[in-house]
Amino acid sequence: MTTGEATKTRSAAVIDGIKSSTWSSRIAVALTAFLLVMLLVRAVQEPALFTSQLLIGLTNGAILSLIALGYTLVYGIIELINFAHGDNFMIGSFVGLTVLSGTIFGLGLFAPITINSGAPLRILGVLIALFVAMAACGLLNVGIERVAYKPLRNAPRLAVLITAIGMSFILQNVGLVWKGPIQVPFPELISSANILPSDAIIFRWKDLFVVLVTVPLLVALSYFIGSTKQGKAMRAVAQDKDAAAMVGINVNRTISITFLLGGILAGASGVMYGLFNGITIFNVGFTQGLYAFTAAVLGGIGNLTGAVVGGLLIGVISAMSDQYIGTSWTPIVIFSVLILVLVFRPRGLLGDRSAVQGGGE
Amino acid sequence: MPLLELDNVHSYYGHIQALRGISLTVDEGEVVTLIGSNGAGKTTTLRSIHGVLPPREGRILFSGEEIQGLPAHGMISKGISQSPEGRKIFHRMTVRENLEMGAYHRNDRAGVHEDIDRVFELFPRLQERFKQEAGTMSGGEQQMLAIGRALMSRPKLLLLDEPSMGLAPVLVERIFQTIEEINKQGTTILLVEQNANVALEIATRGYVLETGTIVNEAPASELREDPKVREAYLGEI
Repeated sequence: MTTGEATKTRSAAVIDGIKSSTWSSRIAVALTAFLLVMLLVRAVQEPALFTSQLLIGLTNGAILSLIALGYTLVYGIIELINFAHGDNFMIGSFVGLTVLSGTIFGLGLFAPITINSGAPLRILGVLIALFVAMAACGLLNVGIERVAYKPLRNAPRLAVLITAIGMSFILQNVGLVWKGPIQVPFPELISSANILPSDAIIFRWKDLFVVLVTVPLLVALSYFIGSTKQGKAMRAVAQDKDAAAMVGINVNRTISITFLLGGILAGASGVMYGLFNGITIFNVGFTQGLYAFTAAVLGGIGNLTGAVVGGLLIGVISAMSDQYIGTSWTPIVIFSVLILVLVFRPRGLLGDRSAVQGGGE
Repeated sequence: MPLLELDNVHSYYGHIQALRGISLTVDEGEVVTLIGSNGAGKTTTLRSIHGVLPPREGRILFSGEEIQGLPAHGMISKGISQSPEGRKIFHRMTVRENLEMGAYHRNDRAGVHEDIDRVFELFPRLQERFKQEAGTMSGGEQQMLAIGRALMSRPKLLLLDEPSMGLAPVLVERIFQTIEEINKQGTTILLVEQNANVALEIATRGYVLETGTIVNEAPASELREDPKVREAYLGEI
């Protein structure tokens, strides 16, 4: 009896919701539903192709998620869109590439690690490249905060945003000087061969590599923020800086640690991007950064789960768009998603600023 | 030697001077109250003591040691703790997590558990709300939590900023009874309050602030009888 009533009130609420919705939101829902149905039709027509695209989308999305987390962590704690973050990701891919080349600052430390190196050496090379890039980007991010954002802690929000954009240009030009204006190839260290026995559904070693790096990082991050003292301090600072200082939390140090975490994730993401796509370029941070930013907004900026969900969604959407609409349309599709989210659900799918502050929506 | 001594403290918000040479003392075991109207500088005084707004001039001594200029997050290990204006609890954390954050600088788990129990003895309502998200509680419960959180560091000096603000009279009375109880258990209290009536009832001494300066200092019983104070702050003509 009670459950029946509950369902009744719930359906009544849904009907009320539809009645009170605006025409533009109804059109948006109809459009989304139409696209989903079209996708479903395609999925039924060619399930293997659809599944392969889905898997590629998820792996690409995982790389984006790690960048998106950097945006969202920083936003959650100091309400700044760190526009230099995408370029930090680019620096990460460059650092990884340099480590793999074996020549660092003109010093030939070891022979370049290439596709011809033995498997153990390749694995070792990839791991070292990952760790060095993570450390470098983490420290770079901390440095950027110290130099460009901390002095403006009490300045108007717009001032910090402009320094962030400035920082982005500086890093991009450092990249330009470092590796030149053209695409630089990454050694093909991880096989593009399919793991799965059938040829219909494709899931490559490369894809597995991304999963194997991303999942532990996400688990570690979630443990750090949810269960460690420092993680709790981060949540406290995100909620109220004065109160956090009063209970003895060093607010500046906590903000530095947040930037360190964001940078570490960007570094890992940068190396993975290079190994996954086989190339990198000085302005890769701009495009990937914007995609990741879109992902963070889609999930709800400041919300960590949201960044991961948003990243995976953007990855899948772009893979589907590449396959069924056309590669050149993909940026249009993605930024249309950004506009739609900002118009109809400005707080994102999972709500903004909730996870980092502790507790979901 | 007084527990806390302010010697000619000047504080500014940007170019605006908020404190113009505040000097006051708080002895161990006392409840000292600062009364005054809105904007007199009561909260600013607490913020200056706590290092959230470091004074530009003057000295602040705690147990004889100069503490002005120390960062705010260092005060808790000196033995100063605050229940700030507007409560400033961590809204998205549970009651338990809020209390644990109050003991952030401590590493003795057993002691922290003991102190959580002590806070629950003082405020049984908090025990009922143990796992609730703090932001969803009523104003009175949030005030209890703010005071409870401040107690978790076992402070020598507890700064209380407007604990009566926005609360129903019954609740104000209960909170002030608890504040008296906390003081009896050995914590020195510096209380900022617009509700001078209740403040002077539990205080040993009081200072009257007007536009950033101290205009009067006397035992609480005397201030209660002072015609000027009665007219300006106790709502009597």
